[in-house]
Amino acid sequence: MPLALLKYGIQRKYKGNRYFPAAKPLRSAYDVVIIGGGGHGLACAYYLARDWGISDVAVLEKGWLASGNTARNTAIIRSNYLTPEGALFYEESMRLWRSLAGELGINLMYSERGHLTLAHTDAAIRTSRWRAEVNQHLGIDSELVGRDELAKLCPELNLSEDIRYPVLGALYHPPGAIARHDAVAWGYARGAMQSGVEIHQQTEVTGIQSLDDGSIELETDRGSISAGQVVQAVAGMSSELARMVGIKLPIRSVPLQACVSEALKPFLDPIVVSGSLHIYVSQSARGELVMGGATDPYPLYSTRSTLDFTEGLMANMLELFPFLENAKVLRQWAGIADMTPDFSPVMGITPVSNYYIDAGWGTWGFKATPVCGSCMAELAATGKAPELIKPFELERFSRMEQVGERGAASVGH
Amino acid sequence: MSKFTTSRLPEPWGSVINRDHTISFRFEGKGYQGYEGDTLASALAANGVMLLSRSFKYHRPRGAFTFAGLDANSYVQVGDEPNVLADMLPISAGLSAMGQNYLGSLYRDHAVHAGRLSRFLPVGFYYRAFFRPKGIWPLWERFFRRAAGLGKINCNADEAYFDKQYLFADVAVIGGGPAGLSAALAAARAGANVLLIEEAATLGGSLNYARFQRHRRDVDSLRDSLIGQVEQNDNIRVLVGATCNGWFPDNWLALSRPNRLYKLRAKHVIACTGSVEQAMVFRNNDLPGVLPASGTQRLMRLYGICPGSRAVVATANAEGYDVVLDLLEAGISVQAVIDVNQSAASPELVEQVSTMGVAVHQACTVGEAIPRTGLRSITGVVINKLAESGEATGESWQLDCDLLVTSVGYAPLGQLVCHAGGELIYDDALNSFIVTNVPPDSGLAGSVNHRYALDAVLADGRTAGLDAARALGLNPEADSQIMPDSGAGGINHPYPIYPHRKGKDFVDFDEDQTVADLQNAVADGFEHPELAKRYSTVGMGPSQGRLSSLNALRIVQRVSGDHLAGASVTTQRPPFKPVSFGVLAGRSFEPERLTPMHRWHADNGAVFMPAGMWKRPAYYAGNKDRAATVAEQVAEEVAVIRGNVGVIDVSTLGGIEIRGPDAAEFLNRMYTFAYKKQPVGRARYLLMTDDTGGIVDDGVACRLDDEHFYITTTTTGSDTVYRNMLRRNAEWGLEIDALNVTSTYAGMNIAGPMSRQVMEKIESDMDFSKDAFPYLAVRQGTINGIPVIAMRVGFVGELGYELHVPWTQALAMWKKLIAVGAQFGIRPVGVEAQRVLRLEKGHIIIGQDTDSLTMPRDAALDWAVTSSKPYFIGKPAIGLSETRPQSRLLVGFRLLNSDGPVPEESHLVVRDDAIVGRVTSVAWSEALDEVIGLAYVAPEQAESGANFQIKVSQGLMVAAQTVQTPFYDPENLRQAL
Ligand SMILES: Cc1cc2nc3c(=O)[nH]c(=O)nc-3n(C[C@H](O)[C@H](O)[C@H](O)COP(=O)(O)OP(=O)(O)OC[C@H]3O[C@@H](n4cnc5c(N)ncnc54)[C@H](O)[C@@H]3O)c2cc1C
Repeated sequence: MPLALLKYGIQRKYKGNRYFPAAKPLRSAYDVVIIGGGGHGLACAYYLARDWGISDVAVLEKGWLASGNTARNTAIIRSNYLTPEGALFYEESMRLWRSLAGELGINLMYSERGHLTLAHTDAAIRTSRWRAEVNQHLGIDSELVGRDELAKLCPELNLSEDIRYPVLGALYHPPGAIARHDAVAWGYARGAMQSGVEIHQQTEVTGIQSLDDGSIELETDRGSISAGQVVQAVAGMSSELARMVGIKLPIRSVPLQACVSEALKPFLDPIVVSGSLHIYVSQSARGELVMGGATDPYPLYSTRSTLDFTEGLMANMLELFPFLENAKVLRQWAGIADMTPDFSPVMGITPVSNYYIDAGWGTWGFKATPVCGSCMAELAATGKAPELIKPFELERFSRMEQVGERGAASVGH
Repeated sequence: MSKFTTSRLPEPWGSVINRDHTISFRFEGKGYQGYEGDTLASALAANGVMLLSRSFKYHRPRGAFTFAGLDANSYVQVGDEPNVLADMLPISAGLSAMGQNYLGSLYRDHAVHAGRLSRFLPVGFYYRAFFRPKGIWPLWERFFRRAAGLGKINCNADEAYFDKQYLFADVAVIGGGPAGLSAALAAARAGANVLLIEEAATLGGSLNYARFQRHRRDVDSLRDSLIGQVEQNDNIRVLVGATCNGWFPDNWLALSRPNRLYKLRAKHVIACTGSVEQAMVFRNNDLPGVLPASGTQRLMRLYGICPGSRAVVATANAEGYDVVLDLLEAGISVQAVIDVNQSAASPELVEQVSTMGVAVHQACTVGEAIPRTGLRSITGVVINKLAESGEATGESWQLDCDLLVTSVGYAPLGQLVCHAGGELIYDDALNSFIVTNVPPDSGLAGSVNHRYALDAVLADGRTAGLDAARALGLNPEADSQIMPDSGAGGINHPYPIYPHRKGKDFVDFDEDQTVADLQNAVADGFEHPELAKRYSTVGMGPSQGRLSSLNALRIVQRVSGDHLAGASVTTQRPPFKPVSFGVLAGRSFEPERLTPMHRWHADNGAVFMPAGMWKRPAYYAGNKDRAATVAEQVAEEVAVIRGNVGVIDVSTLGGIEIRGPDAAEFLNRMYTFAYKKQPVGRARYLLMTDDTGGIVDDGVACRLDDEHFYITTTTTGSDTVYRNMLRRNAEWGLEIDALNVTSTYAGMNIAGPMSRQVMEKIESDMDFSKDAFPYLAVRQGTINGIPVIAMRVGFVGELGYELHVPWTQALAMWKKLIAVGAQFGIRPVGVEAQRVLRLEKGHIIIGQDTDSLTMPRDAALDWAVTSSKPYFIGKPAIGLSETRPQSRLLVGFRLLNSDGPVPEESHLVVRDDAIVGRVTSVAWSEALDEVIGLAYVAPEQAESGANFQIKVSQGLMVAAQTVQTPFYDPENLRQAL
């Protein structure tokens, strides 16, 4: 039994070790205001304080802490991206992930289960090989495996040749991981607050104005706030927020749904993704199967659930794992994914001075939480984008310099 | 097994069992008997077995609680199926079930010591430890994973049969209790077509077991009369044994039975889903032997089971006194009534039971249930005197009993309404949630609408039924009347939570969360109810908070000092109850599209490959050994087209007809090339880009008439292209009609130097001569009596004709070509050979030689872009890109060293350790006697004769040289013959 728990057990009275210091009153001015208290906003706040000594910072969150996509995502972490820019960026994130739990003092349950992207067509084999080649060239652990190896890595998988889309091979990414999403947000929130950052829940930004002196005036449902710099990290609501300050983003917002099964005795080790069947699945430490698919086909700002989603998803699940017929779906939900044309994020400066943007995370932004937070903090602190995120600035769309991840991201997250 | 041997109560107890029919079944390997109509849980209870499974975290012994399938305590494993609700599962001959989540046996669970460690496992404990030193978590995780999960999945389970059915109704009434019955009758009498949905096997709901402070026989006759009226009403269809699991937008309901999913579209929905009795919280409140009032009544009334021999009833409301009367009626001794109210809500009831010899202890509570060793049943309870504040004082005494019944209130089953947009908000007057924001075209009635007195419930149902009828435009004659409801206010106790300093006072049975766990979650700073839920996992288990969220919210708000009134329960998500993957999936209907020649291909040895939803012949193995001859077969097929004549099935290509005065303008906007001046009777290349200028599709446009084009798309692109056309023209409003004719016409490409000879041998009104039918010409006519659109195109680079014929006549045409071509050595040719042939000509395949960012100039297709047009999709982006230097170019290449390793598709082109491109196509060319391919290279490497490096497997570098395409027949003479 770990010491930390022994201590709890033998103390007479429960000493709440308040993960979060109690909330402070909202002030009318801050050096930096971060809009959006999801993983990204909280990580940015944490690194601003830790790396740059900037702690006159407020994070404004319209709901409860990390109530957006951070709370809804399926927590897949990987770096086997298609473009060198993407792969290097996410690889840096994975490096940060590995030591994050110790640093934040909270168990993130970071679990390297291995990540398999199944290929059912020769086109998918080509894409997998392409990704593997790019990854290997950059030193990322990633390879194309055939059916025999696949049978060893995931013996439960239906490798029959008689099914509608027989599995031909897979892209295998051994360091592919899952983590406990809520813990990530809590850890960053606590770390930030301990350094003096204020987190204001139930505080919604309703208007944004850039003033002549370069500062930014934010309207909220709790009064107006003046900020020296603003970092916008609101995921699904990115276009709406940017519009408030006059920035038009090339982003399409579509619902992305997911679901979990009841907890079952663990039988599935790796994370399994199939682009052709539009599904992905992993089994959590609690034993639940966490499953998702492609985004909904039309833009919408509603997080309603649909029946088609679970019907289609389960039909495809049973194609890969026919023995799961009697497993049961416990809960389904949705988030709003902010999709860019090239399936890469948008990070960096904007046409509005002192207003920085962190958006376009679509279906894949959870894994970037550490690296994005750290890079955005550097940007807000220095006004200069670090090399890692330069390729992702908003301007790239006007320059036609897209970072094409479409082929690798469809349901890959 | 508990000590008392439960016996069946005499009739009329046991309304749903048939005592004439005994059924044998097994549980945990032991044989038992029950009656037809019993559930597994009731039949076991009849045998004195209350313990069904072990809890998730502490492996506490648990038995069914609600006996209505609303808790997860009754989860058992039946064969390959885990997590089956024993209190919903009818027993059947041969049924064999097992308990869940134990190490060793259900009765002696070696993992039970987890409960003793509970003080070392505070709320959120797994967040606090197991991560230092770095790298240690995977070891702990292995240990946790072993403890995780409830039921077992058999990875070799057999497949069962599941299906789906669509249903329609004017009014869907969910729930067949008094409110539902009366709502259904009112709506049906007004003329609406009603579907009444009930989860249990029989209608009646609470009318089957509750007393409503009356004589049971009065309730029985009311029930029989209502059910009789429903059964006789032709406007009502009844669906029992089906759970409504989801209420999606626009009244789209998912109803499930074990092997079938019904999908119901209703014009109006009335939720009469009732409410679920909540647990009272005290130490050991989870043990078998502790039951809620409604669960006790269900056991007795439905199944005729005597739930104990000596009972204590703890109550906050009149329903508790009803149970006392029930127990006495069944001959069970009631040791005492523990009334938690300071002064009795109804002195008459106190009087009534006192005169029957039952002691009533006012202003007292149960502080603890005393377990028998092994925790499998109880031997008594500890009673505490309550202070004015409602908190337990030190004054306490014990009572012996083997049954403790609690009655402290209900929570509305508003989850379904919440799926559709409703909300559950805490109401201070009712001490309960009320359902607000009821979605449009729907209503609520009964206890889900906080009506409890029977008359009020019936009137509420009737009102909802009449409202539904009116909403449908019907004119019911009857008027609705509102009945005052005396009951709702006094039912829920505001805080039936009596924490014990030694814990085990469970708020959530699924997750083994106690009062202290929730208090500590708030103390840790997780004040918001949603954060407290996520941190403690309360409400995250299989019963999704149905039995825990009310008490959890009370505790969280009390500790955090926030208002309870107006607080809402966390968002409710479908499904209402867990639904099996099989039911959701149904039968597999993954469509498979086959061309009209499919059988012929199969009969002639084709080996198929998937192409989107289609299957296409990859090559024809004939009757030779397949694997050994792939390369050989493909080479032969290539050779037959280069040397004689071959025929390729191209039916899978998309076909779209565009008609109307603006047809050419429409194509001008959809595609990059220019079509306005395209002559009638000519074919022209089609290249489509998206808004970012990336290539997305290609094909051929045949102008059949001034205002009529027949165009082709790629095999996988046809549906997307067609959908985009409709969407774009919804914006543009051009005068055109677009029709997807992909499966109207089948296509075949007859190609090779002898193809003209074949065509000329078949009876036709078309002239196939070079002058009458030149390269890129399009002709319409008949061949062998079959109408045909024929065109000369050159994908494979030989003289050839692509014939598009009506789907139904395609096979006849195909056979004719094969028959007539025989003397020229004609052969069917598959996709593999076609790929080689087109590569020799340097033609690209969209998706293989392009990626999402490939712009026309990158693939050397700028010739197909007419920049003088005012607009086409992607033009602004392409215009912009032209102001920037190009970063890569698709070129043809050959290898410098013919003996070295051969690159594969997707191998990288690398320069100074930087990735500059990749190989997209590569093949051995018999005609050129070397390996050829297409690759993206840096612009400086694109000059013919330039050298570049390809990184092949194991990091080896292979030298390649840029070659002008086409590789084969560079002047394109052969296709124009
Ligand atoms: C179903 C689903 C599955 C996913 N799976 C994965 C996965 O497996 N791997 C992966 O890497 N990514 C995944 N993602 C994507 C990932 O969840 C997101 O990209 C990531 O969480 C974005 O983080 P964030 O902190 O920017 O956003 P969020 O967590 O959404 O935080 C933004 C916050 O801004 C707040 N906000 C919005 N508007 C305002 C306003 N006006 N004022 C104040 N606050 C406001 C919101 O309430 C929200 O809390 C998935 C997403 C979904 C929906």
